[in-house]
Amino acid sequence: MIYRRMFGLPTWNARSPFSELERMRQQMDNFLSRVSDSGMTSLHAGVFPSINLTEDKDHYYLRAELPGISADDLDIQATGNNLSISGERKIEAEKDNVRYHRKEREEGKFSRAISLPGDIDSDGVSAALTNGILKVSVPKAEKAKPKQISIN
Amino acid sequence: MTEAEAKELKVREKQELSTDTEQTRPGAIYTPDVDIFESETDITLLADMPGVTTEKMAIDLRDDVLTLTGEAETDGEASEEPIVMEYGVGKYYRQFTLSEVVDQEKITAELKDGVLRLVLPKVEKATPRKITVSAG
Repeated sequence: MIYRRMFGLPTWNARSPFSELERMRQQMDNFLSRVSDSGMTSLHAGVFPSINLTEDKDHYYLRAELPGISADDLDIQATGNNLSISGERKIEAEKDNVRYHRKEREEGKFSRAISLPGDIDSDGVSAALTNGILKVSVPKAEKAKPKQISIN
Repeated sequence: MTEAEAKELKVREKQELSTDTEQTRPGAIYTPDVDIFESETDITLLADMPGVTTEKMAIDLRDDVLTLTGEAETDGEASEEPIVMEYGVGKYYRQFTLSEVVDQEKITAELKDGVLRLVLPKVEKATPRKITVSAG
């Protein structure tokens, strides 16, 4: 007490800096839990490529826009409940004597892993690349499929 | 690319077109990424338009204004329920003004793997002709 008085600190709210920090920490926790609760935003990993994932009764369907990428430059693997898509986008060099006005298209490597929400049958995964759109069809595992229960 | 290690591709949000005029038909309109380069004989344009088929692609050139329009096909079945939707599907639209005179008859367009390649040949410049004056 004597020390606090000596340094001119008001003794009656000496704890306030810490309670303020505590309050900020709680707000941060609330914010983070809100963000991770809304599945849509948290799953947008910001990793190339952007994906759209849908499901029906028997399958998950994963689509990605991959213009100008040939099937040979793509690698898709299924392990457990995870799908990984990796590859490289190559843009062929044009003739030397050309002058670029715009260069917005990019080339480079990419790799992304997606964990699917349920069990999958990794043997039955098929993929197709048409018009620059990759579509991966992933059959759901037998136990993950919804079962129709009949009422007697 | 001469670099030993290819760089990593980054996600870029699809650019949605913003116009003052309202569309009569609903749906998102995106601006495709393009490369444009010029050689001595022609101008080449490459545009990323994934999901667009040749039937749904329209290229229009009038009064030096080049318009690209494409509609991406949504191949999702009605029975599919969305889980994660990171990109939107819609139309592509982009317009350019050409400063060079283009030979309209020789324009070629090719759509492959969702990439449009448009070659606009320049009009051949009149070859300078030397006129000899003969002494009369």
